[in-house]
Amino acid sequence: MSHPELAEQFTKDVDRTTWHDETLWFVRQKRDRMAYSLPEFQELRDLASQIKNHTLSRLDDYLIQFEEAARRNGVHVHWAADAAEHNQIVLDILRQNSVERVVKSKSMLTEECHLNPFLIQNGLQVVDTDLGERIVQLRDEAPSHIVLPAIHLKKEDVGETFHQHLGTPKGEKDPQRLTEAARQHLREKFVDAQAAMTGVNFAIAETGSFVVCTNEGNADLGVDLARVHIACMGIEKIIPKLEHLGVFTRLLARSATGQPTTTYTSHFTRPAEGKEMHIVIVDNGRTQQLGRPDFRNSLKCIRCGACMNTCPVYRRSGGHSYGSTVPGPIGAILSPNIDLKKYSSLPFASTLCGSCSDVCPVKIDIHTQLYKWRQIISEEGALPPSKKWSMKALSAVLASPKVFTNGGWFARKLLRFLPHGLTHAPGLNPWAKDRELPEAPKQSFREWYQQQNNAE
Amino acid sequence: MKVGLFIPCYVDQFYPQVGIATFQLLKKLGVRAEFPMQQTCCGQPMANSGCEHEALPVYRHFVDTFNGYDAIVCPSGSCVYHVRKHFNTLEQTPAVEQIRSSVYELTDFITSVLGVEEIPGSFPHRVGIHQSCHGQRGLRLASDSEITPVLDGGLRRLLSSLKGIQLTELDRSDECCGFGGTFCVAEAAVSGRMGQDRVGDHKRNGTEILTGGDMSCLMHLEGVIRRQNLSMRVMHVAEILNGNQP
Repeated sequence: MSHPELAEQFTKDVDRTTWHDETLWFVRQKRDRMAYSLPEFQELRDLASQIKNHTLSRLDDYLIQFEEAARRNGVHVHWAADAAEHNQIVLDILRQNSVERVVKSKSMLTEECHLNPFLIQNGLQVVDTDLGERIVQLRDEAPSHIVLPAIHLKKEDVGETFHQHLGTPKGEKDPQRLTEAARQHLREKFVDAQAAMTGVNFAIAETGSFVVCTNEGNADLGVDLARVHIACMGIEKIIPKLEHLGVFTRLLARSATGQPTTTYTSHFTRPAEGKEMHIVIVDNGRTQQLGRPDFRNSLKCIRCGACMNTCPVYRRSGGHSYGSTVPGPIGAILSPNIDLKKYSSLPFASTLCGSCSDVCPVKIDIHTQLYKWRQIISEEGALPPSKKWSMKALSAVLASPKVFTNGGWFARKLLRFLPHGLTHAPGLNPWAKDRELPEAPKQSFREWYQQQNNAE
Repeated sequence: MKVGLFIPCYVDQFYPQVGIATFQLLKKLGVRAEFPMQQTCCGQPMANSGCEHEALPVYRHFVDTFNGYDAIVCPSGSCVYHVRKHFNTLEQTPAVEQIRSSVYELTDFITSVLGVEEIPGSFPHRVGIHQSCHGQRGLRLASDSEITPVLDGGLRRLLSSLKGIQLTELDRSDECCGFGGTFCVAEAAVSGRMGQDRVGDHKRNGTEILTGGDMSCLMHLEGVIRRQNLSMRVMHVAEILNGNQP
């Protein structure tokens, strides 16, 4: 289903829409307080953008530098061209180590590659250990937000899920007690796991090390307990030097959740004694995006989710309405690169208000890219035919002053004389569902102006 | 200075009073603006729908119409933004370049070209500003809450200079209204909901007169207000600055 259809379903629950909007607006306000209180916040955004632009301009060099440094550290480095290759590499590593049980900390990349179902199909047990991710995993749902994966759920929904899967008392909705139940449940999984998977927030070319940012410490606990650590990263996660890291860690949590920093910022450089560390570097469409001059800088994204929290459309339609791994404004410019037809409604799920571009900590011109994707979708014939033809017709009207003037006169007359029930008919006029049409005046401005001129 | 008056297509047809107020206001400020009769539209409705290519004849017509003016003034940030930013798909002839750099949103023209910061007159009402996104974040005519808590901009300063006016403080000072061009029908559910939320913010905080620099956002919000039978009135900022009373 397209975004407008799913969004319409979402908005039907008026109170839930209000709650969803206000919850995310609260996060946006926390972010604002952080942005206002740091005098150099805008300067940091500039710097972050410049570092990322520079890195993307010589990504191949930095990736190779990173690979060499990581190998020197005793880390196994793997390259995956696409999701299937990524999943196979992970499975091979797990099989070679006779792993049956895996714990994962949050990684949108493994979501993108649909790793969990693949591993489960191959007989492995995979447990997401981030609380929000675990909730949606138990419900067999996709995350609806990249930082707050279960933001579409209320505590009552979580209570019901935990009652079904973790045996908490029916009707339990106290966040403290629910979290404690999840802790106990996950503790067992951590202890049992033979391998831990993490994502990567930043990979440092100079040192070959990588950084994982979490609030729950679940990445560290998983890695410390298991013998095998597999970290998966998209090729765009590289930054050149350790000295650049601070620019990003200062922006990431402030932009994401309004915290000065994430609770845990963990650096991984080499495996501990007797352990194995693997890094899987994944392309999966990223070089294609890098090759699109208008869209390449979408790869600057550090996955903070600020554009989702600020987006008035996202807040009122929910992450699942996008039908893509990464929802919201950034998802709407990343997804058409992967499948233009499937995601053709996403660049239109925006008023082009530009708020996303102004909160983006790495200054991606998201709303401009949404506009540009619209043009490509139209050129590639992925626009609904009715839209294309009506726009062609409109253009013909507006290119001719005579047709426009006469057409305007006729439309106003029609509006004045047709019954309200017809002009505002529910099935015919989507405008009229929540709104009245403007009252049609007898005289247009140009008629008034001409009268004035004639009188003078 | 030869000033061309650019009245957006839907304002011409549905809100003539906004065009009249713009014309009269400029006249009071000593500018005799000329309305070239062959004008139609800037092409934005097609372009925002992905049909930039189909809009080219409309762009060319716009350029032919406004060629030769020193300044082009328009009571809409959105249309001005479109000409400035998106006429880049035309061949950049001297005429196109001149038009792109000399097209101004009305309050921007008043404050930055005419250098006028105060308008004589009074408007003793509680007025809520709807900050239109394309003027604000597109043309940078007002500060935005993503960057700073300070509320500033030419439109706000001009309104503040009127005697007796009280500006509403909103819970969300600059959230989009949800109009968004064809978005308003393509995504009617979200668009309607966004409009209701904006109107609700103004209602909660005591707005009697809702104003702004873009009639398209105001048309959408007025549609919601009238559907809900609220007593709130909608006026374009040109009408208020021109001394029209509700």
